[in-house]
Amino acid sequence: MSKAWVVAGFIALVVLLGVGLGLDPREVPSPLIGKPAPAFDLPLLHAPDKTLERKQMLGKVWVLNVWASWCPPCLEEHPVVTALAKSGLVPVVGLNYKDARDDALAWLRRNGDPFEFSVFDATGRIGIDYGVYGVPETYVIDRRGVIRYKRIGPLTPAITRDRVQPLLKELIRES
Amino acid sequence: MRARRLLLVLACLAPLALRAAEDPALEKRVSSLAHELRCLVCQNQSLAESNASLAVDLRNQIREQLKDGKSEQDVIDFMVARYGDFVLYRPPLKLTTLALWTGPFLLLALGVFVLVRRIARRRVPEAALSDAERARAAQLLE
Repeated sequence: MSKAWVVAGFIALVVLLGVGLGLDPREVPSPLIGKPAPAFDLPLLHAPDKTLERKQMLGKVWVLNVWASWCPPCLEEHPVVTALAKSGLVPVVGLNYKDARDDALAWLRRNGDPFEFSVFDATGRIGIDYGVYGVPETYVIDRRGVIRYKRIGPLTPAITRDRVQPLLKELIRES
Repeated sequence: MRARRLLLVLACLAPLALRAAEDPALEKRVSSLAHELRCLVCQNQSLAESNASLAVDLRNQIREQLKDGKSEQDVIDFMVARYGDFVLYRPPLKLTTLALWTGPFLLLALGVFVLVRRIARRRVPEAALSDAERARAAQLLE
């Protein structure tokens, strides 16, 4: 066994661990990409007597942002979500996840409400159907109601610029 | 103070105890299935061990679905459809999991190969002394 082999093995191990440890273990590839967005029929956050169904969004490219008032990273990404909604590219729908209605409304009053609609998933049951496990999460859904992208964790300006907006523009053109 | 704390502990345990008493057979199935599934919030715990609120919700899902007469496989399919193979502590053998399943054996084979080669090499230099050397060694030993 020559020294060169030992050194090569060591370097290979360092590269393997370097890459492996650099990955985010929370970023589990979602099996939902390319599948129809699960159906929901949820009360609106602002008007409990009204509901929004997934069907109503068919024919539109849209973004679903899962958030909660108890989730600090949601506050962190809020300016990014707000900027995305303000760009007017597509409607951004908020899914308020396992929250208390009063807390959620107060949070929106305090931090601004960028959402076209906010639906209220108090039990988190719809969250389970969407495979939510680390709020905030963001989905891009196309005109046929198919999930095309999912982000687990806060949106960043870089991700929005490099991934989300180009995809949205492409999907709008697709029609 | 201590009494109050004891009461609190009992209050927390009561629902667990009641639930187990309700239908011990069902609870056993829920628990064994929950041990097979990974909690995504705290990734090194199973759904059975974790107390993250999502784990509690998913345990309730398992319980409800089994109660509705679904099979263990139905529940596993439900979880995989939403969270991917990652939730399984025993992932299926697929093209994407090939390295996961074969990697340890490949490393073992590599280790054995290297070991055998080193041992084989070490034996070679033990070979013969020349007659002159042997004579000299005998002389020195005397």
